[in-house]
Amino acid sequence: MGRYLVRRLLQLVPVFLGTTFLIYWLVWSVPGDPFAGKCGEKPCPDAYVATMTAKYHLDENVFVQYAMYMKNLLQGDFGTTYSGLSINDIIATAYPNTLKLAVVALTIEAVIGLTAGVLSGLRRNGFLDNLVLVSTLFLIALPVFVVGFVLQWLFGVQWGIVRPTVSSAMPFSELIIPGFVLGSASMAYIARVARTSIAENRRADYVRTAIAKGLPMRRVVGVHLLRNSLIPVVTLLGTDLGALMGGAIVTEGIFGINGIGRQVYRSIVTKESATVVSIVVVLVLVYLLMNLLVDLLYAALDPRIRYE
Amino acid sequence: MSDPSAASIVSTPRPEQPTEIGAPADAGLPESARKEKPRGLLGDAWHDLRRKPLFWISSAIILLFVVMAAFPWLFTSGDAVNGSLTHSLEKPSAQAWFGYDIQGRDVYARVIYGARASILVALLSVLGTMLFGGLMGIVSGYRGGWVDALLSRIADVFFGLPFVLGAIVILTTFNNTGSNNSTVKIMGLVIASLVILTWPVIMRLMRSSVLATKEADYIVAARAMGASTSRIIFKHLLPNCLAPLLVYSTIMVGSFIGAEATLSFLGVGLKSPVVSWGIMISEGQNYIRVAPGLVFLPAAFLVTAVLSFVMLGEAVREALDPKLR
Amino acid sequence: MSEQSAPGADGSGRPSGRLLEVDDLRVEFRTRDGVAKVINGVTYHVDAGETLAVLGESGSGKSVTAQTVMGILDMPPGFVTGGQVRFHGKDMLTMSAEERRRIRGEGIAMIFQDSLSALNPVFTVGFQIAEQFRIRRGMSRADAKKRAIEMLDQVKIPNAKGRFSNYPHQFSGGMRQRAMIAMSLALDPEVLIADEPTTALDVTVQAQIMDLLGELQRERRMGLILITHDLGVVADVADRIAVMYAGRIVEEADVYDLYAKPAHPYTLGLLDSIPRLDEKGQQLRTIKGLPPNLMNIPPGCPFNPRCPMAQPVCREKIPPLLQIGAGRASACHFAEELVNRD
Repeated sequence: MGRYLVRRLLQLVPVFLGTTFLIYWLVWSVPGDPFAGKCGEKPCPDAYVATMTAKYHLDENVFVQYAMYMKNLLQGDFGTTYSGLSINDIIATAYPNTLKLAVVALTIEAVIGLTAGVLSGLRRNGFLDNLVLVSTLFLIALPVFVVGFVLQWLFGVQWGIVRPTVSSAMPFSELIIPGFVLGSASMAYIARVARTSIAENRRADYVRTAIAKGLPMRRVVGVHLLRNSLIPVVTLLGTDLGALMGGAIVTEGIFGINGIGRQVYRSIVTKESATVVSIVVVLVLVYLLMNLLVDLLYAALDPRIRYE
Repeated sequence: MSDPSAASIVSTPRPEQPTEIGAPADAGLPESARKEKPRGLLGDAWHDLRRKPLFWISSAIILLFVVMAAFPWLFTSGDAVNGSLTHSLEKPSAQAWFGYDIQGRDVYARVIYGARASILVALLSVLGTMLFGGLMGIVSGYRGGWVDALLSRIADVFFGLPFVLGAIVILTTFNNTGSNNSTVKIMGLVIASLVILTWPVIMRLMRSSVLATKEADYIVAARAMGASTSRIIFKHLLPNCLAPLLVYSTIMVGSFIGAEATLSFLGVGLKSPVVSWGIMISEGQNYIRVAPGLVFLPAAFLVTAVLSFVMLGEAVREALDPKLR
Repeated sequence: MSEQSAPGADGSGRPSGRLLEVDDLRVEFRTRDGVAKVINGVTYHVDAGETLAVLGESGSGKSVTAQTVMGILDMPPGFVTGGQVRFHGKDMLTMSAEERRRIRGEGIAMIFQDSLSALNPVFTVGFQIAEQFRIRRGMSRADAKKRAIEMLDQVKIPNAKGRFSNYPHQFSGGMRQRAMIAMSLALDPEVLIADEPTTALDVTVQAQIMDLLGELQRERRMGLILITHDLGVVADVADRIAVMYAGRIVEEADVYDLYAKPAHPYTLGLLDSIPRLDEKGQQLRTIKGLPPNLMNIPPGCPFNPRCPMAQPVCREKIPPLLQIGAGRASACHFAEELVNRD
């Protein structure tokens, strides 16, 4: 187990370096002149160019730049923006907000998605099953921004039940709608995977055995059936985290949440290259580690899987 | 999400050009399935499919959208691009069924003409993803060894990038000069970024199918009889992976239509004067309180289009999956 | 209900004093391809301390009967269209679901053929045995574990304490079937249904498992229903044999009688197809043809297309299962002739 963990962690290194370098190269090197449009209509003053070139090592080739950036990163320094703000600070204020939103989204999608999936899987072709099938299809098909707009308009504008945008204190009650929007597609996938998995497993021999043992139905379903059917759901949750982070860009924009997604979008548009790279580094790191965690969870859920 | 383990679903190999994938997906399957007298898995699937209203409804809607994209003037005589400010935000009338937008353009005409960009981008992106991802998957699964290891790691790199984030970075990087880029170039960029960010999914699907079929007895036999690599791939491997690929590509067309709209909405994808549903929603969002139709009408078209592709894919997938019978 | 009467009630002389009776049971499967009549009036019974072997080819309905008795038939596609299953004289098919659940495990328990798929792969074997003590007997975790280890010990699994926390896939086939037996016996059932318990095992292991089953059955005076397609397994263990064909019992007899003088041509065919040591070098005899399609059972005796003795009457009239002597019955128009020939 320990050796497996070390090997997996080592495997993550090239992927991490590859992804972050790709982004670094895209934002710093491809556009050509990093100062284009930085100082309004006029070209930037020479002094400014000289300072910035020294600061971001722009006179070196992109590999050297990247290596120097990584060296600082390993010491916990994400660098500064053009205007001199600490990127560490930006991330430190934005990240907790996104995390809060993601936790709400994950909770909503896990609770609603699993419940809907289990109930419809147990009664295939019933009314509830058809309802779940149709509504999940809708949630999968609808782009996040459309769901966001519709719900914001309905709840915030038409009915006035909630504030259309989230206030800066981010109380959980205001995060329910954005969380639902962010998790909507994943919720639908979870419901569908759980449904298929339950429907397939409920005819399994071991379920039959559990019934033959005279166990109450809720134990047969809640313990024997559910535990087996959870395995594919957990895999899905892990791989879906990337989509959640991507969706955060849209969701945070619509609901005015000052999170990592909004920061990265703003940085991309204003060409704050250092901030873009730093946020991507954080996102990729979280994504990779979550995937690893899911793999380990997988082994805990299914004892037949042995990691050597 | 198509299940890669469903890879060897097709028991009767059926050679077919992968380029047919982009076409209305209902055309390829039924025709050739009908010819098979001894009803195999595909015949069974077609038998099932034929009785599903969902299959017919979604196929009909898709057909409608494809016609709309190809010949928009069949549906409207209005001008989608030019308007007159005198009509600004006018209510629906016999002239313009859905009313006029802020710049006085006919919303109905715009919604109709918007199908073209959305569907074209989605179809071409799916085609590109299938070809590139498919090729990488076949090479990686068939060659194995260091080629496989390298390609898989590269795929991991692109897979690790959140889709929307990656697309924004790519598009702003290559589209930085702003409005003076030609329509074709922007479309090409959107398509390229969709392909670049999603090919690993298809690659993994193909790779696992190839790995699963590679060691099958009939492939080993074919190799023993001296069949060439390309023959094995085209005659034996491809037909076997085709069914899940077909299902996946149909669903993908739907989600790409949504993705294109998302990027346009974020202001990094297609831009005016190109007409697309995403642009319309993006422009209309500021007037949602006064004219919600400006957002909800294109959104309704968008959702219907996405939904019908996803539904078609689902119907075909369910019909192909014997476990669900 | 297990507490209402002790085993041994069969001595009372009442006709309904039987432990478990299946009476004219009828089951069909309704699929999209048509209706398959899987069970067409099956009647058998088992008493305390007795072993009934139910013999038949695959598709003869022997397992479906057992699943209906146990209440684990998949419905749909299965439908019970008639008959009764009585436990201590009470029809289980009309009981409430809760009443029926209480009989499972305590009254009637079951061993399945494929122990790998029948045990839950994600829980330890010990958990799955102890679970019954915890849920059904309300024992504490520690007590339940102790009892589960005792059960593993009783089925002669070496190092029971250590094996308690192993998962099913970590057991060998034979050991897993032993664990399965331990699980089914945990609540001390009065009737045990063993559905092909040794089919998936090596021949040497088969004998060990059958010995173990016989031993435990004698110790506990259980009624044992042994479902099998293997005549060889039956001979040593069974008291009575019921032969099934196309969803019907075609012959029922004591083991000795059945082997000595089969009263149905199908049984005769089965016996003839066993390889014999004293007939070395001769070709094996087989029963010609295939079992009937259950969606379209031929009129008359269902065996008539394959029967070497078939007469016109066999194609017209279904032979009822009639008594033809002490404790034996046959569903053949020519049963008397068969028994009396030399």
